[in-house]
Amino acid sequence: MSEAPPTPAAAPSGGGASMRLRGLMRKEFLQIMRDPSSIAIAFLMPLVLLLLFGYGVSLDAKNIPIALVVEQPSADTASFTASFQGSRYFRPSRYNDLQQAEAAMMAGRVDAIVVLRQDFERQLQQAGGTPIQLIVNGVDANTARIVMGYVEGAWGTWLQQTARLSGQSFDAPVSLTQRVWFNSELESRNYLVPGLIAVIMTLIGALLTAMVMAREWERGTMEALLVTPLAMREVILGKLLPYFILGMGGLALSVSMAIWLFEVPLRGSLWVLFVASALFLITALGMGLLISTVAKNQFVAGQIAIITTFLPAFLLSGFIFDIGSMPVVVQAITHIVAARYYVAILQTVFLAGDVWSVILPNAGALVVLAAVFLGLTRRNARKRLE
Amino acid sequence: MADASSPRGAALQATSLCKRFRAGGREVQALRDVSFSVKPGIVTGLIGPDGAGKTTLMRLAAGLLMPDQGRIEVLGMDVARQPLQVQGTIGYMPQRFGLYEDLTVQENLDLYADLQGVSPAARSDRYDELLHMAGLAPFTDRLAGKLSGGMKQKLGLACALVRQPPLLMLDEPTVGVDPVSRRELWDIVYRMVEQHGTSVLLSTAYLDEAERCSEVVVLHDGDLLDQGTPDTLREPVRGRTFAVTAADLPKRALQARLARADGVIDALVQGDHVRVVMEDDTPPDLEAVLPEAKQARVEPAPPRFEDAFVDLLKARTQPDETPRSDAAEVPLEPAQSDHVVIEVQDLQRRFGSFYAVRNVSFAVKEGEVFGLLGANGAGKSTTFRMLCGLLPPSGGTLRVAGADLRTAGAEARARIGYMSQKFSLYGNLSVAENLRFFSSAYGLFGRHGAQRIDWALEEFALAPIANSVSAGLSLGYKQRLSLACALMHEPGILFLDEPTSGVDPLARREFWQRIGELAGQGVTIMVTTHFMEEAEYCDRLAIMVAGEILTEGTPADIKAQAQTPEMPEPTMEDAFVELIQAHDKEAEAA
Repeated sequence: MSEAPPTPAAAPSGGGASMRLRGLMRKEFLQIMRDPSSIAIAFLMPLVLLLLFGYGVSLDAKNIPIALVVEQPSADTASFTASFQGSRYFRPSRYNDLQQAEAAMMAGRVDAIVVLRQDFERQLQQAGGTPIQLIVNGVDANTARIVMGYVEGAWGTWLQQTARLSGQSFDAPVSLTQRVWFNSELESRNYLVPGLIAVIMTLIGALLTAMVMAREWERGTMEALLVTPLAMREVILGKLLPYFILGMGGLALSVSMAIWLFEVPLRGSLWVLFVASALFLITALGMGLLISTVAKNQFVAGQIAIITTFLPAFLLSGFIFDIGSMPVVVQAITHIVAARYYVAILQTVFLAGDVWSVILPNAGALVVLAAVFLGLTRRNARKRLE
Repeated sequence: MADASSPRGAALQATSLCKRFRAGGREVQALRDVSFSVKPGIVTGLIGPDGAGKTTLMRLAAGLLMPDQGRIEVLGMDVARQPLQVQGTIGYMPQRFGLYEDLTVQENLDLYADLQGVSPAARSDRYDELLHMAGLAPFTDRLAGKLSGGMKQKLGLACALVRQPPLLMLDEPTVGVDPVSRRELWDIVYRMVEQHGTSVLLSTAYLDEAERCSEVVVLHDGDLLDQGTPDTLREPVRGRTFAVTAADLPKRALQARLARADGVIDALVQGDHVRVVMEDDTPPDLEAVLPEAKQARVEPAPPRFEDAFVDLLKARTQPDETPRSDAAEVPLEPAQSDHVVIEVQDLQRRFGSFYAVRNVSFAVKEGEVFGLLGANGAGKSTTFRMLCGLLPPSGGTLRVAGADLRTAGAEARARIGYMSQKFSLYGNLSVAENLRFFSSAYGLFGRHGAQRIDWALEEFALAPIANSVSAGLSLGYKQRLSLACALMHEPGILFLDEPTSGVDPLARREFWQRIGELAGQGVTIMVTTHFMEEAEYCDRLAIMVAGEILTEGTPADIKAQAQTPEMPEPTMEDAFVELIQAHDKEAEAA
């Protein structure tokens, strides 16, 4: 830059920069408003995903069909089976013998069989006796574990009650009393909906941004933009700002639906939620822009964005699957998944409150990732076509 | 700013530019040691076929690419060192015009005015001037995507000019647009040069546009072939160009004979005569070449830029690169019969409320070469797709070989061959694999299939490159391979959609030669093109504008319509322009 350009008025100047940025942003908003696919990704997709996950997907065990087989009815068996009847977790049906119940399990009509054997009374009195048998359909491991837990719980409760009623002391070595914190109703919607916000923000920030950037390359408009006094940072900023605003709009929509439609409690403060979301959105935009420095057509950009941002946000963020129970290698990978930190903040702010010991480290990780992605974008994005 | 092109030096100076690209594991030398300069205050044309290196050169000059070697200076600035300053100074219009199609005309102008830093106070006057010049003033609220090709081109130009630039660079601004819009674009460019002293660098694949430039830089295959004024470039062929007429011979047969005669470098059908470029200034020996033609005459003709270009190319080409010389003879008697094989009545095609094709009727006889001439977006390809049964018409009737191909069985379909725009080949298959695939797609197996593949390899001189991947072939070879694929099953009717788009003049000549031979064997050929001069190869043609046929007839008939005392010998382009203007006047009056 040692020589002065021959036409100083045309050189990039401070005053022109704001005019250029304004022009770029106005263009971007006009395009968003006129392009049904942007609106669909920013507003329709969150709506569909939230409704689907809010109403359709439930990881709770509720009304699980089970078979009750009582080989020798007695007062004790009647009182034990009655405890199933009143439960919201089970939908019991009676079978006369084990064969019928097994047939029902084969046909998929029941997920578990509880068998009270002929010698139920005798086993009950005997130390180390096993009066009941539980057979569980293990195909869906998750539901199977829940059923096992519930049946054990129901059995324990019944034993205690029976002992108390008969005036005997029930000498269990340890008495277990459960209390569920943060999500006391064990409502899966309460943690799925906040987690889903991370997925939605990834869609808007990374997928949509990578696609609209690729569209500019594909249609040849980027070439025309590059041969103007625009600096590359202005091109990046001109994409970042409009989609940041769009993403925050998507966030407002999602949070409103979470609170008012799905009645997810918001125990933390709204401003923490929005600041953390802004941070994550910038990270996601950074990922989207970084992808666009590599992928210059919409198909490739979309594929890369889905594989590197959307799927990890879904699978590796702890939104559905607990990170602690993943293999060590996969756990290590989750550290570069920005959604992981955001999901942790979201679930904390919604269900627990402003727990700074969780929020601050996770927010710190987001700051680091945002800096890395935007820094790489800045370095890789050149005002060139190669 | 208008005086920025003060004559203190070249507007653009390229020194020993080299640029290579890697594409799919192959190294392509896009530019090889190219040096030239663009003088200030004139229009310099960058001329060459597709793949010559024009766009690479434009992008190097705009700072969008970095040269591997050499140096390029724009308005005294080194582009490699000061790309932003260069980009902030020049006006640049990329191919496809760089418009946002979902923005209106006004919004596109606003965007580029913002980006170019045009002060709000200066805008209104500048907009008025540009919109008036581009004829877009009534359409400021229309989306750019809804404009015709010619209007898009002018809007693209207006956006590049929104801040009066000292150097204007236009990358193939006229490709595919109708001749009226082309003329208007040239008018605007010259107005800029005259009123503001703008320097202009403009690339084009249309050789006739070289004549409109003050200086020409000729590129081919990454090499700079020549630079100079059109006059100096024509100089080498001066005295070597002749016009041959033979009223008792069909034009295509005459051309084929002359093309193969001794000492002939180039023979080209032009109007009612054949234009010949000779190795030296001896005219062709008509006695020897055309013994049976009694009324044959030869006259000297003024040289054109295209003659010189073909001369330059022929000198570079190794003789074995051109396919077989013992070509099938084009018969002296035309093979046409009165049997109508393609018949179209009141054909219509609507997309929403937009008529892509409206009230189109024509008939093509067996063995005829019938052309559809029109700009991009005139409805040529839509008509073709309906004829081939790929798209249902919204109204009207059509018969191809006595059947509607949309409902006809495989038998009727097997009678047609189709070569689509941009040569639909499988890029990652080799030449032989492509041929094998297409022959099996047409149901040619076993001995017969193998025979046809051998035929194609030999006939189209593809054997030496049979194992090359087709994506890496030059455009001329791709065109050849694509035609071979369409001919595998020896169709009686051949549909060719923009078959010569972008290929160099030699490949184009070879292609038309082959078409002439096929027609001579009784194959009916329907072809679309936006090259006006190619219309001369057709027996009959229809001119399409905005979905409608404006006129139909032999090339001579159509040109006769534009004949006036001032224009005794109109070219096809003159006739086209005349027709469009008459049509527009009618539309205004209605």
